Amino acid sequence: MLDTPIHLEYTFTPGIAQSRFLRGLAEGRFVGQRCPVCGKVYIPSRGSCPVDGVPTGEDVALSDTGIVTTYCVVNVPFAGQAIEIPYIAAQVLLDGANISFMGLIQGIPATDVRMGMRVQAVWVEPDELGPTLASVKYFTPTGEPDAPYETFEEYL
Amino acid sequence: MSPAPRARRPVAVVSFAQAHNVRREDERNEVEMLMPVVAEVFANIGITKDDVGFICSGSTDYLVGGPFSFVTALDAVGVWPPRPESHVEMDGAWALYEAWVLLQEGEVDAALVYSFGRSSPGNLAEIMALQLDPYTLAPLWPDPVSLAALQARALIDAGRATEADFAAVAARNRKAALANPKAQVAHDRTVEELLGEEYVVAPLRRHALPPITDGAAAVVLAAGDTARRWCERPAWITGIDHRIETHAPGARDLTTSPSTALAAERAGVGDGPVDLAEVHAPFASQEGIVLEALGLGGNGGAGGAGAGSNGSNGSNGSNGSNGSNGSNGSLVVNPSGGALAANPIMTAGLARIGEAATRIWSGDSNRAVAHATSGPCLQQNLVCVLDAAWEGA
Amino acid sequence: MAEGDVLIATHVLDYPYSRSVGPVIGAFLTGLRDGRIVGARTPSGGVVVPPTEYDPQTGEDVGEIVEVGPAGTVESWAWVTTPGPKQPLDHPFAYALIRLDGATTSMLHVVDTGSPDALATGARVAPRWKPAADRIGHVLDIEAFVLEGGTGGAGTGGAGTGGAGTGGAGTGSTTGGAS
Repeated sequence: MLDTPIHLEYTFTPGIAQSRFLRGLAEGRFVGQRCPVCGKVYIPSRGSCPVDGVPTGEDVALSDTGIVTTYCVVNVPFAGQAIEIPYIAAQVLLDGANISFMGLIQGIPATDVRMGMRVQAVWVEPDELGPTLASVKYFTPTGEPDAPYETFEEYL
Repeated sequence: MSPAPRARRPVAVVSFAQAHNVRREDERNEVEMLMPVVAEVFANIGITKDDVGFICSGSTDYLVGGPFSFVTALDAVGVWPPRPESHVEMDGAWALYEAWVLLQEGEVDAALVYSFGRSSPGNLAEIMALQLDPYTLAPLWPDPVSLAALQARALIDAGRATEADFAAVAARNRKAALANPKAQVAHDRTVEELLGEEYVVAPLRRHALPPITDGAAAVVLAAGDTARRWCERPAWITGIDHRIETHAPGARDLTTSPSTALAAERAGVGDGPVDLAEVHAPFASQEGIVLEALGLGGNGGAGGAGAGSNGSNGSNGSNGSNGSNGSNGSLVVNPSGGALAANPIMTAGLARIGEAATRIWSGDSNRAVAHATSGPCLQQNLVCVLDAAWEGA
Repeated sequence: MAEGDVLIATHVLDYPYSRSVGPVIGAFLTGLRDGRIVGARTPSGGVVVPPTEYDPQTGEDVGEIVEVGPAGTVESWAWVTTPGPKQPLDHPFAYALIRLDGATTSMLHVVDTGSPDALATGARVAPRWKPAADRIGHVLDIEAFVLEGGTGGAGTGGAGTGGAGTGGAGTGSTTGGAS
């Protein structure tokens, strides 16, 4: 066996659109972008509409409530795991967004999580906010009635 | 060897666009860099993404350190509903080759080819070393400049070129680049001036090196009547081929490029007169090797423009400085400034094809050769012949 | 978006690769550990060093493993004035293609002469091995090649800048940067 370790350092930029998203997180809010052609709101936006291939110029402030479109319960330990198992990883569709992104669900037993469940972001303390998804500690149920399946089946 | 696979179905380059080549793209990510380029390549000929049946791209994730950056890059095109798409971890010229092969099959009539390369986020010298054999070469971390310098000294030792030849190639390319609005490095300097520069890695001085570039490029290929509808004077691909040599630089004769020569033969470079060549020679020391292998009379490149190519030189062999260089002034080499003007990794080869095609469309060229290279010391080479006329069309 | 609003972060990738090397490259690396350099004989009678599993020209399987060198002749060389942080030596050195005695291909390695004036194509060089206890079966079990018969290396002082640590201004570890 031959060990050939490779260590590479990069100066990474997420680009213009994702920088706005990350700056928003540092202020404790979600900023998406709207496609001028199809009107869909992406969060985070890579700067383009993946359907129309045009710039998503318009910023859209989104609420920090949404629904769980789908989820899984993680029971398998792996290297670098930061959270105790079992935990719930879910796709969260924020109200007003047209794409879901991954978030943790806490404040509910793993056996009780449901597709369509209403959730709200729980942010870190204000002095801990930063331009990173770690600003969102997790999502937790609001207790509102579940969203009907038809309202989110497009996003599965 | 089987007969050369000449194109059967007429397929042409009908549109080309590229980003302004810069040292460092500070703000935009790859998608944001690509979007205007893709928009322009369609707008040039009045089409949309719905008019192309295939998309192929070339890039490498190592450059920006973002896994699957080639997948997210598709967002720059908008590929919903899903459409046939492919990617090569190579220069976009090889993506163009794949698209050309698919168009030969006749199932689609047009394809988008694009590539992007952002070299600024990482350490290019180290990243490029990772393309080498991981057991005996990469652990020595030889950078591309050092490898090219080994090749340059081999040329000098063989009496095939001088440092002044390298300077002349650099001077000519960068002077030509003054007319290229997308060029990153362009100036008018004398050979004497350039020879006064320090060595970066001897025997290569600063001028003999390509710039480090962030860039992107896109091309539209179209077949037959579609090409004629979109382009007044399509640049028909009459031959295209690519070949590779062993990965071990010590097992090659670095002063020649047999893979280029074979690809040129199979693409039919020698079947007719060539009035323009866009060659991808990142280092000034490499241009002469490529021109010679193409049968376009390289002599180390001091003269550059003006190798006679009258159709009789398709088979000239190893040491092909055949005295025709400069004799009739009919060959223009790298009017864009080539890779010495801008060298976006994974993109500079595709840009050579685009630059050559541009000159077919404008009427400045009737039959052009475009060349792309990959790997250390010209290890792998692609040759594409573009013609204003499709025989029998 | 105004300049400065776009975020920039340092991003580090580590690939802790361990590679199985197979019988041919394995023989080469084991040889280095033992202080020997070996190549592979091809069907056409050549000797490939470092050995590949196949003839680089024809693709045929190679045959027996044979010892070469350890001295050889410099076929081409490139003088690195400002070594990058990962490169084998921390003072100016040459990458060189070295045709080891008995080989028909050249091996890439580094030559440590302290000054480019001491090196020329055709120069005879020999390996400067790491101490046997430090050799692990790696291409850098040979620290560098040095001029045959000479002590070589930056440590000898010799001509030039006095060797290690002089570094120098310049382009650092970039590959280009004409501007």
